[in-house]
Amino acid sequence: MDEPQIYTRLDEIFRDVFDDDVRVTRELSAKDVDGWDSLTHIRLMLTIEKAFKIKFSTSEIGKMENVNDLVSLIKARG
Amino acid sequence: MNSLYAQLQWLPRAQLDFSSKLKALASETGPVGAELRSLALGALDLNQLTKLAKFIANARSQKRSLSPLVPFRLAVLSNSTIDMIVPALIASAARHGIDLQVIQPSYDQVAQEALTPDSTVNSSNSDAVLFALDYRALPLKLSLGDQEAAQATVQGTVGYLQALRTGIKSNSNSVCIFQSLASPVEPLFGSLDRALPGTLRSLIDAVNRELTVMVLESGDVLFDVAGLAETVGLADWHDLHLWNMGKFPFSDELIPLYADHVARIVAAIRGKSAKVLVLDLDNTVWGGVIGDDGLEGINIAQGDARGEAHLAVQRLALDLRKRGIVLAVSSKNTDEVAREPFQKHPEMLLKLDHIAVFQANWNDKATNLQAIANELSLGLDSLVFLDDNPVERGLVRQMLPQVAVPELPDDAAGYVRYLAAAGYFEAVTFASEDLKRAGFYQDNARRATLQKQVGNLDAYLASLDMTITFQPFDATGRARIVQLINKSNQYNLTTRRYTDPEVAEVENDPHVFTRQIRLADIFGDNGMVSVVICRPADAGVWQIDTWLMSCRVLGRKVEHMVLREILEHARANGIHKLVGVYKPTERNKLVVDHYPKLGFDLVMKDETGLTSWELMVEGAEIEAAPMKVVSQGFVNAG
Repeated sequence: MDEPQIYTRLDEIFRDVFDDDVRVTRELSAKDVDGWDSLTHIRLMLTIEKAFKIKFSTSEIGKMENVNDLVSLIKARG
Repeated sequence: MNSLYAQLQWLPRAQLDFSSKLKALASETGPVGAELRSLALGALDLNQLTKLAKFIANARSQKRSLSPLVPFRLAVLSNSTIDMIVPALIASAARHGIDLQVIQPSYDQVAQEALTPDSTVNSSNSDAVLFALDYRALPLKLSLGDQEAAQATVQGTVGYLQALRTGIKSNSNSVCIFQSLASPVEPLFGSLDRALPGTLRSLIDAVNRELTVMVLESGDVLFDVAGLAETVGLADWHDLHLWNMGKFPFSDELIPLYADHVARIVAAIRGKSAKVLVLDLDNTVWGGVIGDDGLEGINIAQGDARGEAHLAVQRLALDLRKRGIVLAVSSKNTDEVAREPFQKHPEMLLKLDHIAVFQANWNDKATNLQAIANELSLGLDSLVFLDDNPVERGLVRQMLPQVAVPELPDDAAGYVRYLAAAGYFEAVTFASEDLKRAGFYQDNARRATLQKQVGNLDAYLASLDMTITFQPFDATGRARIVQLINKSNQYNLTTRRYTDPEVAEVENDPHVFTRQIRLADIFGDNGMVSVVICRPADAGVWQIDTWLMSCRVLGRKVEHMVLREILEHARANGIHKLVGVYKPTERNKLVVDHYPKLGFDLVMKDETGLTSWELMVEGAEIEAAPMKVVSQGFVNAG
């Protein structure tokens, strides 16, 4: 899966997880999105794991700073 | 992971525009309970459940009415992180007609909350307290091979649970809901773990046994989480990664299932469980179509895979009846024909005596279900309707959203599992009166009389997105045409049987007007559903030699569209009159009014009941039904 495809899929996932439409960009991080707290972060990660059929380690989930980190991880797994 | 349970497959799929519908609802005024319930009736995933719960929380803070949802206050005490579960509980409760408020004290404060008189939970005025504890919350000390120590551990554990119960009971009026414990999957010895006293597995077995005794004696409620986890598989239930990450008690993928089970129990405490199982007959109670296949042709044979599947449905229905569930029948059939297997088929387990209300007729099923509810003096929300046909299920869901209608798999072998998995008949107690209930309704039930149609049928038909295809007979369709001509009994005006060469003959005769008709809808392609043959009679007259239709598409206005097709081609061929005959047989009472319903005038009736009808082509107007029309293969349109 190439990067534009990953972003398209992430757009859908963010719409599922968050209430408001979020435009997913490389720099996007938790502080930019209303309701992106630690619990929602886990729900987001679980949804992404399922959608991309991958698993993150506990430390990876904790270390993610922004969407760019996330996409790199997905690419590394895919 | 088993998708039936993880994805709640007995529920229809979540509405595609779920999020936008929810948003639209936010700007409306007035009570939103019914709409919320209808959105919750789909198989929602965790994200959708969370959205729905957020909506409910907002609506509540704005003091919007959630009627007709019934309020229920549930306190949840847990040793694990339930923050992801709580929204799912609230949304799933809406599915079961409950406006659930969850009281959630701080993490891992179980004993403090239960035992302190003015704790959050004890002062919350909750209707029930759910002890969402798993084995990690309890003092289950290993004592390998030491029977006495193991017993002491079990007594200590159950004593702890009893103390929690006493704390709640002496400080509030809440019902206590206890969870049985799902055993972890990692054995110490192997199979021996089950047998040897003092292993975790045998300790948990013993605690679960003691817990059931305690619950039955005290009038508390049991939530059999152990049974649920075993059903989906313990290895899928326990997610070590999630536990380590944040003390999440079990797999996130099973939260919708867990939440639906809690909601069932809450609904059962509120007396909202279903009471009646309404059965379709053809391809549900037996394999095949009694009206077409006859008594010898239907399949309920023991030792036959298909027959066994339908027998299993009958067995489950009978077992449900034994515990007080009322049985009823809703079938599109002639009454006598539908009753025949119950009276005469030696392998039928269900007998007429078991059926409180028997509705076999040609009305739409929504009308019949309403009649059944009226007859039993029960609300529509007491009914569960089991039908193999997705179109019937869709119709009932749309017209009578209160009726529970489980989705069913293609293979009849799965019917019983789907019905049982849906848990419509969840009960928290069982008393001797329950045993008598089925008989009670039986005595009072007379055959319901049917009145007006419910709901808007045309709107439903339009939503089916039907495509009807007309095509003259051809070699490709011939095998199916011959089969329909020789098999259709019910929707068949003349019941004329033709062999393959005879059909080939009309196929090649340019003077004969023939049509094979197919119908597709959102549920798929129904294939060839109707056959028509018109032969030239006197000058300018077509005699309708054969007109038959599969009962599967009854009530879809296919016959109206077929007549439009005939009329169109009659006009093009200079035909001024259509003549149709109804030739009565034992099986085709269904179509006795076929011609008058379509606007034909009676010409003649003889002593055998045979009637002859005519329609003047000029001026005949048949209203189009909501479906797309496709014409195919008109090489020499005739």
